[in-house]
Amino acid sequence: MTLVMEGRSEGAMREAGYRYVGHSPDRQEALEKVTGRARYVHDMELPGMLYAKMLHSPYAHAEILSLDVSEAKALPGVKAVLTGRELPYLLGLYMVDKPILAQHKVRYQGEPVAAVAAVDTRTAAKALSLIKVEYQPLPAVLSVEEALTGGVLVHEDINTLDYVKGVFFPQPNSNIASWHKTIKGDIQKGFAQAELTIENEWRLPQVAHVPLETHVVIVQADPYSPKVKIWSSSQSPFAVRNLLAKAFGISRGDITVVVPYIGGGFGGKAGIHLEPLGVVLSRVCQGRPVKIQATREEEFNQLPTREGLRGRVKTGVTKDGKIVAEEIYFDWDGGAYADYSVNVGRAAGYAGAGPYEIPNIELHSRTLYTNKVFGTAYRGFGHLETHWVIERQMDLAAQALEMDPYEFRMKNLLREGATTITGEKITAHSGCVDQCLEAVAKEIAWTGYQSAAEREKAFKTGKVRGKGLAVLHKAPAMPPNTSTSAIMQMDEDGTVRLLLGAIDMGQGAYTTMAQIAAEVLDMPLEKVKVIWENDTDKNPYDWQTVASKYTFMGGNAVIRCAQDLLRQMKEVAACVLRCPVDELTHGNERIRHIQHQDKAIAFKDLALGYAYQNGTGIGGPLIGRGVYMAEGLTNLDPATGQGLPALDWTYGAHGAEIEIDVETGEIHVLKIASAFDVGQVINRKLAVGQVVGGVIQGLGSALIEGYKYSPEGRLLNPSFTDNKIPTAKDIPDRVVPIFIENPQRDGPFGARGVGEHPMISVPSVLANAVYDALGVNFYELPLSPERIVSGLARQKE
Amino acid sequence: MCAEHEHKAAQTYQDSGLPRVLLNCTVNGENVSQWIDPTMSLLHFLRHELNLLGTKEGCGEGECGACTIIFNGRAVNSCLVLAQEAEGSRILTVEGLGQEGQLSILQQEFIKEDALQCGFCTPGMLMSARALLDRNPEPEEEEIKEAIAGNLCRCTGYYPIIEAIKKASEREKEASQR
Repeated sequence: MTLVMEGRSEGAMREAGYRYVGHSPDRQEALEKVTGRARYVHDMELPGMLYAKMLHSPYAHAEILSLDVSEAKALPGVKAVLTGRELPYLLGLYMVDKPILAQHKVRYQGEPVAAVAAVDTRTAAKALSLIKVEYQPLPAVLSVEEALTGGVLVHEDINTLDYVKGVFFPQPNSNIASWHKTIKGDIQKGFAQAELTIENEWRLPQVAHVPLETHVVIVQADPYSPKVKIWSSSQSPFAVRNLLAKAFGISRGDITVVVPYIGGGFGGKAGIHLEPLGVVLSRVCQGRPVKIQATREEEFNQLPTREGLRGRVKTGVTKDGKIVAEEIYFDWDGGAYADYSVNVGRAAGYAGAGPYEIPNIELHSRTLYTNKVFGTAYRGFGHLETHWVIERQMDLAAQALEMDPYEFRMKNLLREGATTITGEKITAHSGCVDQCLEAVAKEIAWTGYQSAAEREKAFKTGKVRGKGLAVLHKAPAMPPNTSTSAIMQMDEDGTVRLLLGAIDMGQGAYTTMAQIAAEVLDMPLEKVKVIWENDTDKNPYDWQTVASKYTFMGGNAVIRCAQDLLRQMKEVAACVLRCPVDELTHGNERIRHIQHQDKAIAFKDLALGYAYQNGTGIGGPLIGRGVYMAEGLTNLDPATGQGLPALDWTYGAHGAEIEIDVETGEIHVLKIASAFDVGQVINRKLAVGQVVGGVIQGLGSALIEGYKYSPEGRLLNPSFTDNKIPTAKDIPDRVVPIFIENPQRDGPFGARGVGEHPMISVPSVLANAVYDALGVNFYELPLSPERIVSGLARQKE
Repeated sequence: MCAEHEHKAAQTYQDSGLPRVLLNCTVNGENVSQWIDPTMSLLHFLRHELNLLGTKEGCGEGECGACTIIFNGRAVNSCLVLAQEAEGSRILTVEGLGQEGQLSILQQEFIKEDALQCGFCTPGMLMSARALLDRNPEPEEEEIKEAIAGNLCRCTGYYPIIEAIKKASEREKEASQR
């Protein structure tokens, strides 16, 4: 049985034959990773290093009446004990709402209330057991419904919290951390035109990222100056630097953030997490390095997760299947602190209706504070969640119309000439979602839903099969003025060293950037070396490694960087060869004349500047620079959400075939075909890796994963025993990645991002297939065997 | 090697105060003889006493497989084994897979098939695969899945790993017939 087909490409064929772009070179760091020599922060120890541990709140919401740390402090080997009392700081990316350690009250079970630094982890753990805390439990807000009533406030000081104004919209005296509205057309008129209205409510729980390396930092903070050095398993070294500087009122120049190898991120290591605690502990310990490594339980229960969501949608359609109006309420279970979840809410505002043309829409996306583990970015940033709602709703609309859901989607998909719900015009170069849907429908041999009679017949065999379809879109969720940069230096043997701002956490960014550099310079890939360890003191700036933006933005920066290097080489070569610059070209690691090919200088002879035979020098060491800043994007209108939020849209579609055991309710996935219009594949092997890995992460969200709480708000499953992720035995028989390549005119070689997209709409496509198999609709995730069996039982009644 | 480590105090680890025990074992073909705290885990011994940092800790509870090593021919979670239980044992870690600067066939196939992304689960995954191929040189696909089911990977979706193990099995068979 073949498990994965080689990713194949459909659509426009490239005219140019590329030397590296579109090929499948091995990842640059593979050798270090298969020999166990790749060093993660997890592996690092520094001389004199101390180990920190945190004490957590047992309550979801409680006042801290007293905290006694005297016995802990007296324990030999303990170097520091800190509580929120000593740390009057608030941090936050967008809402400045989160203390380093709880101050006065705790807002979720698992929130750290005290921290100890000691000579070893056992001493630190023992010290924690000596800390006495008295709590006064408060009523907890544990659902979006409770949050919306506002009877209990998670942040009683919401009216005075600092936040990014004009972009986020906290509501006074409420649990609404931000309320985004997208209003286009006139929904009153739209619903008046509708011949059929379909209204549903959908839900999904919080889900954890589960990087195999838990969050870990080592911090060395000079007690005599503001200088801080941090080694972190982070996707966002420059964001860490920025947010730390803001929180502590120190200069960016005093902060160094170093990121070696990182053992998975998936959005959970974006932003700032354990770093501030490390800073204050190290400073109290006279600048000794302090290591904080989250336990697996803390990874689930203290560090952030994906938001839960309740989505309510009302869709108005005509009898021939055109969407004429839609009203959507997304209510995000954002947990105790806003972190990224307000930005997830914002992204849902402009992308949450899916890749459809909807003339009249009113979309409300509200990020709510609750007394649960707080939410953050997770691969696809709100899109798996909103597409769970929309791509199920589209199937239900088709069911109500008694129409093939393929036909229904085809009638309404965004195409050239259409406008998005924020007023952006889709062009011939925006990518084609219809081609993605067509490709996956063909791959799974889609012929429409089976009939009730066919279902009944299959049911008697005990195993029923079903097929489903779903589409998706996503653009990078980022500020309109996001930027990145690259620096390239050449050594005297013609080797190019490339310094980037982004982090390669396994997605293969550095390998694809090396390919792009080698392609533009037309030189051997083996001679392009990307400097691995990212250090904010040495590497050029990048906003954060998130949002599937780096192939596009970093690729463009690297192209410009390589062009800058070539321009410098040609300027010197023009003097030496005594010809105009514009008569020079390059190839085979040489700058040469376009006509007289023997008039040439090797790259290596220009690397440090050219030396004439008599020793006279000209030029100097080559240093190329390249930057890319997002172009033409705007903030969204606060009242209507109109504007240009999208650098590039990557469209996609999944087709799935499943088999359900009607006795046990277990879903066996036979096949998932996944197509994405990536514009141009840069590294085929790595792109396939993103697709199959992402699809399996989506499968986890669809079938098994999700946080469970006790009625008091205690997380019941903070371990791999109770919060399973897919294993090798849970994967579909086949995953078929398909790449559509309609080039993006301003993307590097026409490319768009695809890192996050594969997991979006996987839950929806599977639930759509479940409907085809059973004739039963499911409105909540995960599609666990219990849920399937009880859904079947309800249907029998 | 032994002398060097006898005097090195493991920083993350506080002595339990119990009398030390002598541990004699073979790690990656090298004889090790060392006095250790009887409560120390084998994972801790490998990482912090022998500085074999390729073996990772992902959960500390035997649920994720990142700490998998080969212990007397069997793949085990080293976080669940006390170091003193390793008395007289043969241990293989990821550092012992390649020989004299040459990658093993299995490691080569992991690279070719891109059976890794972040790389954190990779050492444990390689050891589970190695133990499988040692006891069953031509495993069926289901047997491969079974053998690595205790090794969690959040990046790859497992397909390229399964493919790499299949390819390694084929190539090792060819190599043994030569």
